Amino acid sequence: MAPVATTFFFYFLSALTVLSGVAVIMRKNPVHSALALILALLGQAGLYLMLYAPFVAGVQIILYAGGIMVLFLFVIMLVNIEKSQKEEQFNKQWLVGLGAALALGLLFVLVYVKGRALFPDRAILLPEQSNTQQVAILLYGNYMFAFEIASLLLLVAIIGAVVMAKKRI
Amino acid sequence: MLDYITSYLKSDTTPGQAGNLLWAFIYIVLIFLGLSVAVIAMNWLERKILAHMQVRLGPMRVGPHGLLQPIADALKLLIKEDIMPAEADPFVFWMAPLIVVITAFTVFIVVPFGPAHAVTDMNIGVLFMLGVSSLSVLGVVMAGWASNSHYPLMGALRSSAQMVSYEIAMGLAVISAVLMTSLNREGVGTLSMIGIVQAQQAQHVWFIFKFFPLGLIAFFIFAVAMVAETNRAPFDLPEAESELTAGFHTEYSGFRWSLFFLAEYSAMIAVSSIAVTLWLGGWMRPFPNALSGETWDRVFSLIPGLSFLFLAAMTFYSTARMPKHSYFRVQTIGLAGFGVVLALIGLVLFLPPVRDRIQDIFWFSAKVATSMYMYIWYRGTFPRYRFDQLMTVGWKVLLPMGIGVLILTAIAGVLL
Repeated sequence: MAPVATTFFFYFLSALTVLSGVAVIMRKNPVHSALALILALLGQAGLYLMLYAPFVAGVQIILYAGGIMVLFLFVIMLVNIEKSQKEEQFNKQWLVGLGAALALGLLFVLVYVKGRALFPDRAILLPEQSNTQQVAILLYGNYMFAFEIASLLLLVAIIGAVVMAKKRI
Repeated sequence: MLDYITSYLKSDTTPGQAGNLLWAFIYIVLIFLGLSVAVIAMNWLERKILAHMQVRLGPMRVGPHGLLQPIADALKLLIKEDIMPAEADPFVFWMAPLIVVITAFTVFIVVPFGPAHAVTDMNIGVLFMLGVSSLSVLGVVMAGWASNSHYPLMGALRSSAQMVSYEIAMGLAVISAVLMTSLNREGVGTLSMIGIVQAQQAQHVWFIFKFFPLGLIAFFIFAVAMVAETNRAPFDLPEAESELTAGFHTEYSGFRWSLFFLAEYSAMIAVSSIAVTLWLGGWMRPFPNALSGETWDRVFSLIPGLSFLFLAAMTFYSTARMPKHSYFRVQTIGLAGFGVVLALIGLVLFLPPVRDRIQDIFWFSAKVATSMYMYIWYRGTFPRYRFDQLMTVGWKVLLPMGIGVLILTAIAGVLL
């Protein structure tokens, strides 16, 4: 089955991600910023789908858009928003900003000019049907040790958070 | 054109896999209509069943036995004034009900009503359903915050905390069922909704009875978590009337409120269909092993039609019992007409081509309907939990149970 309008979807999702990323830093209201961030994360999930990685896309939606961002909103809603809206939003560092923007633009131009030589002409067709299995084999086969260490690290982080939040346990 | 339309009818995969856009669209429209009818029916049934549990009559005025009550309610909601609070955040206030409705309906893309009766079959089916339905909490939070009022904010905070904590127990229960799908010769499981039911078919057992009682415990965890996920009684703290008026949708009225209502019921149907797919054998008929063979297949294939004929008979019985006063004449005729429609549907279901095609859809819907009845039953039976009790049940009971069941399932899968 041929992919449906691949190029169009790629540009659409990229534009969505970039524009909502810009909105995250432009909006004065932190709740609006958080919502724009959710949109950016969803666009990113769509880009993963286009790379034939449905498992990564699904995990991205569950963890980031459905889990972490809810906690973000949770915290933001408890903060006094009126006060944060009166605060200075930009630090007027326009000279540094201009330099960074120019460097980034140069990088984009270079990638566009040299890109054809760097990237293969035709992308390798990845097996969409076995994506989940491939991820599982990598995580629990090749990188088993790193995976388990990471879970241990998270456990330590949870205990640390509890110790810091509660004086008496 | 005609070839394009008919070419799908011979295939035995879903339209999404066959790449047939037209039939995918037809399926989407059918599911949408079916869901809307189901929500209307659920509205009437819930009020009626709750009323009978509490020895009341329930709606009786609009139509015979209140049958037209949901339609009257819908009309009332549509023509009601739509109020937006002056201090509300207009864009977020406008987006919140849309997000809740869109997420509640999108998950039905992968719900398998039969081996070929789904819009599409995704490699990550269960993950997709859990992920998209986890987005609905965003709509709830947005609604509560955008209303710029205390009760909705409290309701939204409660419900987001509740939904995020119960998602974890739910996910663990789902993983233990997915683990059971990998017990085949290749040792490769699947997340696809159709694949999960086919795994149950191949192993000749519903996963609720697999490794007894492990499957049963996993199903129990999911059944509790799904009630909490959909904010229904006894876990309906976000909309606890006595404390928070109506929770996160206090400030919503008219059409926007009805969108929340629609989303709540279709989310209930969605999580019930996950439970049915994962543990109750999806579209398979009851007793595929004990009562197998040609004769039993024939007998079970008659049940859809017979059940509709039974409903029609009950309707005619009620028609005969209507008061004989001339004031009730229109209602009596209407009830008799309803019975005739039910009987006609029942007779159509006996036609061999329809009978073979409708089988799986009927059994799936019947299982989901049982689960929906349980929802009403819970609401009529259990008192509401306190918030700290709710968190204790989620984190200290269901989560350890889920981890235990997961580990035991893995051990049992290796040993047995």
